Amino acid sequence: MYAQMVKSTGQGVKPREDMSPEERHFQDRVDANEKIEPKDWMPDGYRKTLIRQIAQHAHSEVVGQLPEGNWITRAPTLERKAILLAKVQDEAGHGLYLYCAAETLGISRDELTEKLLDGSMKYSSIFNYPTLTWADIGAVGWLVDGAAIMNQVPLQRTSYGPYSRAMIRICKEESFHQRQGFDIMMKMAQGTEAQRRMAQDALNRFWYPSLMMFGPSDKDSVHSAQSMAWKIKINTNDELRQKFVDQTVPQAHYLGLTVPDDDLRFNDETGHWDFSEPDWSEFYEVLKGNGPCNEERMAARRKAWDDGAWVREGLMAHAGKRSHRTAAE
Amino acid sequence: MDQALFEFCLRMGDNTLVLGHRVSEWCGHAPVLEEDIALANTALDLIGQTQLWLGLAGEVEGAGRDADALAFRRDAWDFRSVLLVEQPNGDFGQTILRQYLFDQYQALMLAELVASSDARVSAIAQKAAKEVAYHLDRSRDTVVGLGDGTDESHTRMQAALDRLYPFVGELFGEDDLDREVAARGIAPLPASLRAAYDAALAATMDEATLALPDSRWSQSGGRDGTRHSEHLGHLLTEMQWLQRAYPDARW
Repeated sequence: MYAQMVKSTGQGVKPREDMSPEERHFQDRVDANEKIEPKDWMPDGYRKTLIRQIAQHAHSEVVGQLPEGNWITRAPTLERKAILLAKVQDEAGHGLYLYCAAETLGISRDELTEKLLDGSMKYSSIFNYPTLTWADIGAVGWLVDGAAIMNQVPLQRTSYGPYSRAMIRICKEESFHQRQGFDIMMKMAQGTEAQRRMAQDALNRFWYPSLMMFGPSDKDSVHSAQSMAWKIKINTNDELRQKFVDQTVPQAHYLGLTVPDDDLRFNDETGHWDFSEPDWSEFYEVLKGNGPCNEERMAARRKAWDDGAWVREGLMAHAGKRSHRTAAE
Repeated sequence: MDQALFEFCLRMGDNTLVLGHRVSEWCGHAPVLEEDIALANTALDLIGQTQLWLGLAGEVEGAGRDADALAFRRDAWDFRSVLLVEQPNGDFGQTILRQYLFDQYQALMLAELVASSDARVSAIAQKAAKEVAYHLDRSRDTVVGLGDGTDESHTRMQAALDRLYPFVGELFGEDDLDREVAARGIAPLPASLRAAYDAALAATMDEATLALPDSRWSQSGGRDGTRHSEHLGHLLTEMQWLQRAYPDARW
């Protein structure tokens, strides 16, 4: 997941009788679960919304390396270090497939990177929270990847072919990520007093930010209605959030940890857990750039891009010289 | 205890551990996404090789220390890593040049270790050689590309070479331990790899339009633990912190 508050056309779903013949044909294909491919005709709004959504996901994968990278050099065993490296490497790979998927819509990776760096495109709010103890690496896998999977599994069926195929690959790896996170939490929760304290503290700090990952309720949002009609969004934010809570609460109990919500109760009538909403004012502040780590995350990405300019230019220049030499031979 | 084989495994495993740590420091900060992936992958291979070398060291020692105990509970003076791998990352050019200087050596060493008289050493070398062949391809191509790139990339790569070349000689050091493992057919004398290394290095630098420094003067003290760099202590402080702060915990 990692796509939050992606704006669509803002006009709601066009009634069928107002659609042009091309739009009607397009909608019929989407309704019939046909995949839309890069060379097919598509409404401008569909293309723009998808670019925003896929890019936000790609940017999240890239920025998401930072909070986990924060612990690679301090991982407590060689095996944990190797697993975390493999996971972060997967995430950079996910970023790469997603940028490739976005490029099929007619925008380059460099343009998207510039939009991230100038702040006109966003990444998921969750990566603006710090990872403070080793248990946070467990919590990121268990909760953050767990929440991401909730959205990504249905997106395997999304209408845009390259996006759907990227999601299928990504989901395979994400479920491994979530398991390794849960495994860290289990070791911590069954460990020493200090480890149990770290595990509970991590859950306390990551619970509400994880619920925010799904975005605010969008049952009345015109953006979401359009995205759902185009099948680039499959479920409402509330549906996914509920599913996440229902899955995660029993896992927390199994770990012997307390979810930091006094109003958490199993509702026999609905068969779901009732829970408290996160503080949405905090969420909007984080999106505006006022989260605990927004400054650091963006500064790190800008520095990587700026410091890397000579490397990218050097390698391009060499490739140019080499093809020139080959042509001259 | 077979002290010579134990120390030999530490020399191999400490090099991959310390270099793997250094490379992993790049995570999320590389010049381009493909490099984030490649650097994480290289670090991952190096940490995997560390598990094998230090695992074997622990087995040979027979004192109940496993790879983690050796990685996380020894102080700097018991490390046997060469000074080259302890050097800080610097800019990307320095990182990739350090990688190339090491990969070129490691590829030659592993090719010989495949025929080691110790079957366990041979098995590790066979696995690691495949990974290192890929590392070498990549680090070599990148050094050539940046050396023969723009004026800026050339200048930076030449500076990296001038900075790191004095650490190359230590790779080919020779002491009683080297002579013993060589006599027993466990590993070649490092000095026996020097001619092939120099030839490969000269060819790469020629293609990269970089000039090797005239002086062959070399720093040493890492592989025998007599005088590590100041950097190693800081690196271990970070790497070993959780194991040191919570000695009773299992992770």
